[in-house]
Amino acid sequence: MPDPFKSLTSKAVVLSQSNIDTDQIIPGRFLSTTSREGLGSWAFYDWRYESDGSPKPEAILNRIDPRERRILLAGKNFACGSSREHAPWALMDYGFRAVVSTEIADIFTSNALKNGFLPIVVDQATWDDLAAHADQPITVDLETSTIQRGNAEPVAFSVESFARQCLLDGVDTLGWLQARLPDIEAFERRKETA
Amino acid sequence: MPETLFEKVWNRHVVQAETPDAPAVLYIDLHLVHEVTSPQAFSEIESRGLKVRRPDRTFATLDHSTPTLPADASGERPYYTPASKAQVETLEANCARHSVSLAGWDSADRGVVHVMGPELGLTQPGMTVVCGDSHTATHGAFGALAFGIGTSEVGHVLATQCLLQRKAKTMRVTVDGQLQPGVSGKDVALAVIARLGFGGGTGFVVEYAGEAIRSLDMEGRMTVCNMSIEAGARAGMVAPDQTTVDWLKGKKHAPDAAVWDQTVADWLSLASDPGARFDAEIEIDGAGIRPMATWGTTPDAGSAIGEPVPAPHDASGEKALAYMGFTPGEATTDHTVDVVFIGSCTNGRLPDLRAAAEVLRGRKVKPGLRMLVVPGSEAVRRDAEAEGLHTVFTDAGAEWRIPGCSMCLAMNGDMVAPGQLAVSTSNRNFEGRQGPGSRTILASPATAAATAIMGVLTDPRVFLMEAVNA
Ligand code: SF4
Repeated sequence: MPDPFKSLTSKAVVLSQSNIDTDQIIPGRFLSTTSREGLGSWAFYDWRYESDGSPKPEAILNRIDPRERRILLAGKNFACGSSREHAPWALMDYGFRAVVSTEIADIFTSNALKNGFLPIVVDQATWDDLAAHADQPITVDLETSTIQRGNAEPVAFSVESFARQCLLDGVDTLGWLQARLPDIEAFERRKETA
Repeated sequence: MPETLFEKVWNRHVVQAETPDAPAVLYIDLHLVHEVTSPQAFSEIESRGLKVRRPDRTFATLDHSTPTLPADASGERPYYTPASKAQVETLEANCARHSVSLAGWDSADRGVVHVMGPELGLTQPGMTVVCGDSHTATHGAFGALAFGIGTSEVGHVLATQCLLQRKAKTMRVTVDGQLQPGVSGKDVALAVIARLGFGGGTGFVVEYAGEAIRSLDMEGRMTVCNMSIEAGARAGMVAPDQTTVDWLKGKKHAPDAAVWDQTVADWLSLASDPGARFDAEIEIDGAGIRPMATWGTTPDAGSAIGEPVPAPHDASGEKALAYMGFTPGEATTDHTVDVVFIGSCTNGRLPDLRAAAEVLRGRKVKPGLRMLVVPGSEAVRRDAEAEGLHTVFTDAGAEWRIPGCSMCLAMNGDMVAPGQLAVSTSNRNFEGRQGPGSRTILASPATAAATAIMGVLTDPRVFLMEAVNA
C-alpha cells in the first residue's frame, strides 16, 4: 500500500539531461534482489561512483543532502526504458518523493503512483523557471494539483484521477480490485463457456 | 463503427468499463513471470494471505539472472552473485507454493520470456498478455494486446487476473514497399524508432501495417513489436494473417484440431476494419530502409550504416556522443569493435541465428574481437544445433552459450568491459546497459556477424552479395 501523499515542500535537484533511462536510475546488475528495501544505495550508481566503487566528488547527487532536496527536476522523457519498479523504489529510498519533467515514461508513471512517488509533467516554461530557482523551496500539492515556487503563481498539473484519489485517501489498489472479484468471476464464466 | 485491432482486443477484455473516476478493469488472459520482477509481488500477495488466482493462466521462466555457462561436475551453476542464485531459487519456491508452471533449469521449454511464450503457442491472437517486463510488446506480433507492467501490477494480476487500465491512444505505422535483400525486421524497427523519436510513442499503442510488415516472418514481426517501447509506446501489434496462423499451427499450447478452424476464423476477424480511425498515422517507405545501426545512447539515435553522425542539438546529445567517443560528421565504421553479441528477446530466434550464420559460414571472427552467441531459448538452441549452426559460430571463433538474457542487460555477469565498444542485436544502447562504461551499437544479426568478421561496424550486404555472385 502506498504512503498517502498530500503535499510536500522542498528544494529540488536538477538533472537536466533528457532521456534519463531506468538503467541510469538503477543499473540492471543491482536488480538481483528479492526485496524492495534499501535500493537507495544503488540509485544513479554509475553517476555517483567510479568503477572501483569510490564516490565521484563532482557528482551532484554526492554533494547534496537528500533529506533537504526531495524533488527531482529531470529532463525530458524521464525514466524511459524498463518496467522495473526498482526505479521508483530506489528513488524513494534515496530520499526523493516527486519528479518534475516535461515528459515522463508511461510505465514509470504507473509504477511511481502505486508507491506514493509523484510524477509531475509541466510545460517547458514552468520547468525552466523551477530549474532557474532550484534553491528556492517548491510546494507540490496533490489536493489542489498545483506546483508552486515561493510566492509565484501556482501552476496546475494533472494526475490520473483514480491514482490521485488513491494517494490522497491511502486507498489500497489491490484491495479495490479484489472487491471486484464477483464481476471478474462472472466475466470468466461468460468468457470460458463462450 | 469501424474498429481498430487494438479496440477489438480491448473491448473483449473489459470487465468493468472505464469512467472519469476509475480506469477500466481489464481481464488478462496470459501472465508471464520471470525471476527479477516477481519476488516482491509474491511476497505482497502472501502477506495478504492470497494465492495465485489463476495458475493455469500464469507461466514462469528463468532468464535474466541465469548464467549462460553450464553447471560444473557437481551440478553447481556459475551464478554471478549469491543474490542471483537466491533470486532464481525464490521463483522456484514461489511457483511450487502457488502451483504455477515454471520452465526451470530442467525444462526443455526454458527460454527468455518473450521467446518462450510464442514458441509454446501460449501467446495467441486476440489475447491480453502481460509480464513484468517492458519488452512484453513482442507478443503483439500475433495480434495480442501485450504490454509490460510493474511489480505492483504483477501482484494485481497474480491475485485477481485483472489490471486497472486507461485506454491508450492508437497510432498506425504503415511501412509500405518491398524491403531490400539484407534488410531485416531489426532494421525496420530501428528505422521506425529513429522516425518516431525516443518518446514519440508515449501514450500510444502502435499497430504496424503495410506491405513491408506483412512480408516479415513472425520472428521479424516480433522484433519490430519488441522494440515498440524504445519509442515509448506501451504496446505494438500486427494484425493476424495466414503467416500468423501457419506459425502457430502445431505449437504445444495452440488450440485443438476440433476448434482450430473456428478459432482461426475468429483470429482473422481481428484486423482493423477499413476506415478505422487512429489518433496518429505515420508512413515509412520500406524500400528505402537500409541496414541500420545506432550511434548514440538512445535507440532512436540511429541511421543507415555509413551515414555521418549528425551534429548534436542539445547538451544531452553532446553527452551521448562524448560517451560513445564518436565525432559529428564521421561514419562510425572506422572504430574498432571489441565485442559482438547475438541474442536477446529481440534477435535470439532461429532465423536470427541463421542470418548471422549465413554471413559467418566459412569465415573467422577478427582476432581480438569477442563474439558471444546466446540462443533465446532451449528450443532455439536445439533447432540451431540440429542444423549445425552452433559449429558455424564456434568454428569462426565465437562462444556458443546456453539460453538467457545474458549480455542484453548484463545482470548475469556476461558483460562488456568498461570502455569497450559492442555491436549488439539487443534493444537498448543506454549508458552502461551492457556493463559499467560499456558502449553499445544496436544492429541486426547479419550486421553483427559482418562486424565480427571485419572488426568494425560493417554493412552485411557486402557478404550477402558475395554469396549471390559466388
Ligand atoms: S533479453 Fe533483454 S530485453 Fe529481453 S527480456 Fe531479457 S533483459 Fe529484457
